[in-house]
Amino acid sequence: MSGILVVAEHTDGSFKSTAAELIGKATELAATLGVTVSAAVLGDAPAASLGGFGATKVYQASGDFLPHSTGAVTDALVAIIREADPDIVLAPASFECRDVLPRLTARFDSAMASDAAALSIADGHLVARRPTYAGRIEADVTISARPAFALVRGNSFPKADNNGSTADVVAVSWEATTPSAKVIETLKPESRGIDLATASKVVAGGRSLKSKEQFDSLIRGLGDALGAGVGASRAATDAGYADHSEQIGQTGQTVSPNLYIAVGISGAIQHLAGMRSSKVIVAVNKDPDAPIFQHATYGIVADLFDVVPALTEALQEG
Amino acid sequence: MKIGVCAKITPDADARIKVAADGSDVVLDGVKFTISDYDEYAIEEAIRTKEKHGGEVVSFTVGAATNDKQLRSGALALGVDRSVLITETPGDPLGIAKLLAAAIQKDELDVVYTGKSTIDDQNFQVGAMIAELLGWAHVSQVTELSFEGSDYKATRNMDAGVRQVVAGTLPAVFSCEDGLNTVRYAKLPAIMKAKRKPLAKVTAADVGTEAGAARSSVGNFAPPAARPAGRIIEGDAAVAAKELVRILRDEAKVL
Repeated sequence: MSGILVVAEHTDGSFKSTAAELIGKATELAATLGVTVSAAVLGDAPAASLGGFGATKVYQASGDFLPHSTGAVTDALVAIIREADPDIVLAPASFECRDVLPRLTARFDSAMASDAAALSIADGHLVARRPTYAGRIEADVTISARPAFALVRGNSFPKADNNGSTADVVAVSWEATTPSAKVIETLKPESRGIDLATASKVVAGGRSLKSKEQFDSLIRGLGDALGAGVGASRAATDAGYADHSEQIGQTGQTVSPNLYIAVGISGAIQHLAGMRSSKVIVAVNKDPDAPIFQHATYGIVADLFDVVPALTEALQEG
Repeated sequence: MKIGVCAKITPDADARIKVAADGSDVVLDGVKFTISDYDEYAIEEAIRTKEKHGGEVVSFTVGAATNDKQLRSGALALGVDRSVLITETPGDPLGIAKLLAAAIQKDELDVVYTGKSTIDDQNFQVGAMIAELLGWAHVSQVTELSFEGSDYKATRNMDAGVRQVVAGTLPAVFSCEDGLNTVRYAKLPAIMKAKRKPLAKVTAADVGTEAGAARSSVGNFAPPAARPAGRIIEGDAAVAAKELVRILRDEAKVL
């Protein structure tokens, strides 16, 4: 067997957008290689439906994989990879896959590319373009070993259309062998919590919000109106306006949404490292010389306390 | 407790990194090198673990023979007891992990700390790979950690503000996240004393392994493509906000 295997993540049985994005891209790469695309599904989800996006076969492992049990996910994927014997394994750059893929890479004595933003094939090998040095430099990682692993950023590729076909589903059994810490508690924040790493829209606020209350009402309010994930600059999380895990930048999360709205964020290089690959960047800042405007697709030079309520209202009016 | 910490010597976070004219590599001449930011949290946590639970702290580095300078000032002077510097240049992250895992195994450690990623390559790979090679558990993005005997309890950052509390029994590898601790600075007497602490420069053969031929290669280095000049939307706040929503919906089509 050969081909490209896509790790299709789901939340309670509904596939994440990265599944259709990665299967779409895998289909394109598979055509170059003259191979087929399969998918890996862990747990209870409508595996056959991934055929609609272009997967010809889906390997499904049953079991309790939540919440984020690294050992079980590793063991199940090892079993699926042994069964499918793929040339390439593509997975979303989620927290779970970030933990699991290096283990798989070591297990199969291969190599992987993290945070790939573009993928191609050269001389039969997977080539992944990815950021280094806080996004200030990009480079190609060419993987000569097999299977080649890549963690791919969300929103890097368009979602494949669903043509309604179904794929053959192969049940794969697995054994728990990888040591793993036991999850004893999952602490959820008060906010609604859209997955930042794969969100298609992100609103982020900076220290200019001046208080947690104003951050909550203005930034989270705008996030709600947009259906966007909410992030913050380091200055804002250090000041306690937002949670540490919501920080976007070199020491926080990297996002790559279709729309990024930076509110009251000056655009320090450390912040740019976490969001510069966003497709459309909107900056709202009263300082016309703020560096963020050099990276913005659209800018509004005005006081955020005037702009944000007007923006939220305009969005609600539709 | 026998405590290990992995530390990579990388260009300073603020260093200006240039790309070679042919894009084959980055140019690091004249760049200031330090211990990678997240690895500083790992060193701090290793020292705090020793202060609380006793034992020895050993640091492990794969890098140039000249990295001893940063290890003396950034690890030994802070409280690391001895350093192992593996002077090899493996071609990929798994090669680095194999060397570190072999050295760690030789030292029979109970716990290993790493940074969550290094600030140069940003691969987020080596910590989990070491755990895999050693057959240990790995906990990533750790923001809180405590021990009771050989049992540990850790809090880790997930996405969208979600945190997870996990527990287990050592041995384990912990990858340290920003916020886990506040890094200390070296005091002058400690810097002097660090000059006499053991620092062993070893080869792959010394730790009883080899990195193997590189399974991947990196090339085509370039700065990201410049974005086209942006457009400032004029008018007072209400007018500009309305116009922005229209543009995002009708022109950029992102709403």
